[in-house]
Amino acid sequence: MQMPPPDPSVLSRRQAIIDALNAALPDAVIQDPAETRAYECDALSAYRCAPLAVVLPRSTDEVSRLLRLCHDLRVPVVPRGAGTSLAGGSMPTADAVVIGLSRMTDVLEISAPDRLVRVQAGRTNLSVSGAVEGLGFFYAPDPSSQLACAIGGNIAMNSGGAHCLKYGVTTNNLLGVTLVLMDGSVVELGGPMGEGPGLDLLGVVCGSEGQLGIVTEATLRILPRPAGARPALIGFDKAETAGACVAAIIRAGIIPVAIEFMDSPCIKATEAFAHAGYPDCEALLIVEVEGTPPEIDEQLALIRDIARRFDPVEFRESGSDDESRRIWLGRKSAFGAMGQMGDYICLDGTIPVTALPRVLAGIGELSRQYGLAVANVFHAGDGNMHPLIIYDANAPGDLDRAEDLGADILRLCVEVGGCLTGEHGVGIEKRDLMSVQFDPADLEAQMRVKDAFDPHWLLNAAKVFPLDVSAPRRDRRLNRTADAA
Amino acid sequence: MRPETEGQLADLIRRATAPLSITGGGTRPWPGEGGGTPLDMTALTGVTLYEPESLTLVVRAGTPLETVRQTLAAEGQMLAFEPVGRDGSTIGGVAATNASGPRRVQAGAARDAMIGVRFVDGQGEVIRNGGRVMKNVTGYDLVKLMAGSRGRLGALSEISFRTAPLPPVTATLALPDLDAAAAIPALSDALGGPFDVSGAAWLPGQGALIRLEGLAASVKARAADLGARLAPHGRVRQGDDAAWHLLHENIQDSDADIWRITCRPSEAPAILSHLPEPISLDWGGALIHVRLPAGQIPDLPRFSGHARRIAGAAPALRPAADPLTARLEQDLQARFDPRGIFGGQV
Ligand SMILES: Cc1cc2nc3c(=O)[nH]c(=O)nc-3n(C[C@H](O)[C@H](O)[C@H](O)COP(=O)(O)OP(=O)(O)OC[C@H]3O[C@@H](n4cnc5c(N)ncnc54)[C@H](O)[C@@H]3O)c2cc1C
Ligand SMILES: Cc1cc2nc3c(=O)[nH]c(=O)nc-3n(C[C@H](O)[C@H](O)[C@H](O)COP(=O)(O)OP(=O)(O)OC[C@H]3O[C@@H](n4cnc5c(N)ncnc54)[C@H](O)[C@@H]3O)c2cc1C
Repeated sequence: MQMPPPDPSVLSRRQAIIDALNAALPDAVIQDPAETRAYECDALSAYRCAPLAVVLPRSTDEVSRLLRLCHDLRVPVVPRGAGTSLAGGSMPTADAVVIGLSRMTDVLEISAPDRLVRVQAGRTNLSVSGAVEGLGFFYAPDPSSQLACAIGGNIAMNSGGAHCLKYGVTTNNLLGVTLVLMDGSVVELGGPMGEGPGLDLLGVVCGSEGQLGIVTEATLRILPRPAGARPALIGFDKAETAGACVAAIIRAGIIPVAIEFMDSPCIKATEAFAHAGYPDCEALLIVEVEGTPPEIDEQLALIRDIARRFDPVEFRESGSDDESRRIWLGRKSAFGAMGQMGDYICLDGTIPVTALPRVLAGIGELSRQYGLAVANVFHAGDGNMHPLIIYDANAPGDLDRAEDLGADILRLCVEVGGCLTGEHGVGIEKRDLMSVQFDPADLEAQMRVKDAFDPHWLLNAAKVFPLDVSAPRRDRRLNRTADAA
Repeated sequence: MRPETEGQLADLIRRATAPLSITGGGTRPWPGEGGGTPLDMTALTGVTLYEPESLTLVVRAGTPLETVRQTLAAEGQMLAFEPVGRDGSTIGGVAATNASGPRRVQAGAARDAMIGVRFVDGQGEVIRNGGRVMKNVTGYDLVKLMAGSRGRLGALSEISFRTAPLPPVTATLALPDLDAAAAIPALSDALGGPFDVSGAAWLPGQGALIRLEGLAASVKARAADLGARLAPHGRVRQGDDAAWHLLHENIQDSDADIWRITCRPSEAPAILSHLPEPISLDWGGALIHVRLPAGQIPDLPRFSGHARRIAGAAPALRPAADPLTARLEQDLQARFDPRGIFGGQV
């Protein structure tokens, strides 16, 4: 993984910059290398770099002062929520100041009649639901990292979870943000229905990976908690049959809240690890539906009829909370289980559901070619795949081979009409593959948006766009820095 | 000018030397909109891809909304955001205006169902964003930026939508005795419970209206629970399912002006107290349509949304964005359309 070399004119002013930060926000600056180490990387821990300094502001006003300062000194900034990005989105560079939102966790407003909650951006995803639970509401986007990840990070990555087939991802549940631009100016985007009077700037900020501004506050749509939910587990003797069954369920007009898919390598690993009691089969689906007990019965009866047409190895409908828990147990421990098998890379491509058989076959083929095992577990309803490539970090060359295999699998996703990332984001991880999916004009159009929000390319600039593509813009910034110095 | 292919569209825009005004069906230009040479999109038609089992439809922008509706209905599907339009409305016009109907409270707006776009910018460059899969965070989401942009950044040539199954059963509950202001708490109550409400509106003469959709037994059970929950607000009876179509068709051009106000539902009663009886309320009270004498500007209390004049004799009036937002919008417009070819757009 290549990163642009740090700006020497920033490094040479290191102490002056830290002094200025300290003067602006005493008590908020971390500069001791022993302490900045915690900010060297995010959950993509293979790549690390200590930042110039870390600052932990407490308010929008403090974020604004910090950004104006960094802007005027032409110092790059990396925003950070909880650091759970799997794409290296919050990994710093040596010339960057990390601005972390972890002290900004307040709930600012809860309105049941308006069905919204307003929070500071450092608040964790799960604790947003926690704050409105007592009123019978929840916040729908549920990334698996929801215990740790922050709403600001969710907005930057447009995160989604297992239930997004029904409830959508972050962008579908976001009504507004307070955004601090790189020059320190503060802008409110969105409105009561998520729409302002003009262009949908909120829509483009969501998913922009911390490159357009720092989100300090967010207004989120909350939903009434459904009366109940119940899963069914369906086992098949062929992966294609499982894929066809997913298509048939959706075709029949049923939109479950979740349809999860696991293939046999994943089932075997999970069984050895969590002993969930899954059937020994080639593929299985977990289908969950919601509502009152009669509603659930009605939906599951239809799903059972559909599944029967595909001759399942097993159809297990949960009859109790304990059975539901056991049906989900294996799925929820899948990633931990794979960790027992070796080191792994978790990919995140999306494909049209109809391309499932072709892609699964293609992945099998590539896995044999590269001599590395691949296991599949994913959100089948929306085609968001997470192939896990198992490798040995201690074997020389294995990581490179695993990365090459990963890139080939993502190319396959794009080839069948899908995309490089469904929920984890581009970050540094998939940056250089962007040209596989986008023509130069497509990338240029996206970079124009960054030009408008952050003309000097100071915010998280080495991410998302292939380095050679963004180089002219980043160089322009370096030249300006040279002028400033 | 009436391009038949995306290539022709790009050529026309590249060669244009004066402002163009993009028109679909021309069913809903704002007063004052459309100053430039007409760029008629209605020949750029056709469904490019429809995969019901992936819930995906890709369609060229000039395709009539009605054609899209029929194509989907033949497979038991729909656009969940319930686009509203008159005879002749195009799917590109729907996307460019983010036109969304009653189901927005449950299923989101047009922008939420839009998963990919192709468009031609002011330099005649074809740009692609998003794609045909519903879960996609690859790069910036320009799809949302184009939704509702009314052609300010480019001419949409093709749009991908996430489709949804047509619900087999619909039930409408009505609280006929409630006036507009009194309807709001009832609608909030309905939307705040586990009933999966797919429409929450108010119409003069009909009162508060709440819609439930889905499988038969489920709708029946939810209607009973919801009826009980709403009883304290007043008499509840079966409502008219056709009201949901009326709701937006009611908004006709007239000599009077039509105002569209979006606000938080909790702010609606105070806003309503400054207005004559509205034409309708939708989205649980977050959308107010009201008719005012030509040229009159209502004196409203401070609220968190915005009010705009969308039809009538007087020119369109759009609320001034705050200076920063305005700067960002102008900056974006200048980068996507440096020659001001789409400058005629509002
Ligand atoms: C075990 C595990 C499971 C996961 N499961 C899922 C999943 O199911 N679905 C999913 O979508 N993701 C998942 N992720 C990825 C990750 O949790 C999400 O991307 C999450 O949204 C990141 O939030 P964060 O607060 O940790 O952000 P960080 O990692 O701190 O930052 C992520 C990006 O957002 C930017 N950013 C952070 N805060 C702000 C802000 N306030 N303003 C502007 N930019 C900001 C950063 O610069 C960076 O580019 C998972 C990660 C792990 C480790
Ligand atoms: C009775 C009625 C009620 C309505 N209620 C609502 C409502 O509640 N909410 C709502 O949002 N809308 C509403 N509308 C608006 C209406 O639904 C849409 O504007 C209409 O469907 C647009 O279709 P059209 O093809 O006629 O667009 P036109 O009227 O031709 O154009 C509308 C706008 O879109 C632009 N445009 C059209 N095609 C393209 C393209 N291909 N690329 C870029 N820009 C393009 C035009 O420049 C113009 O700014 C209503 C309309 C009617 C008639």
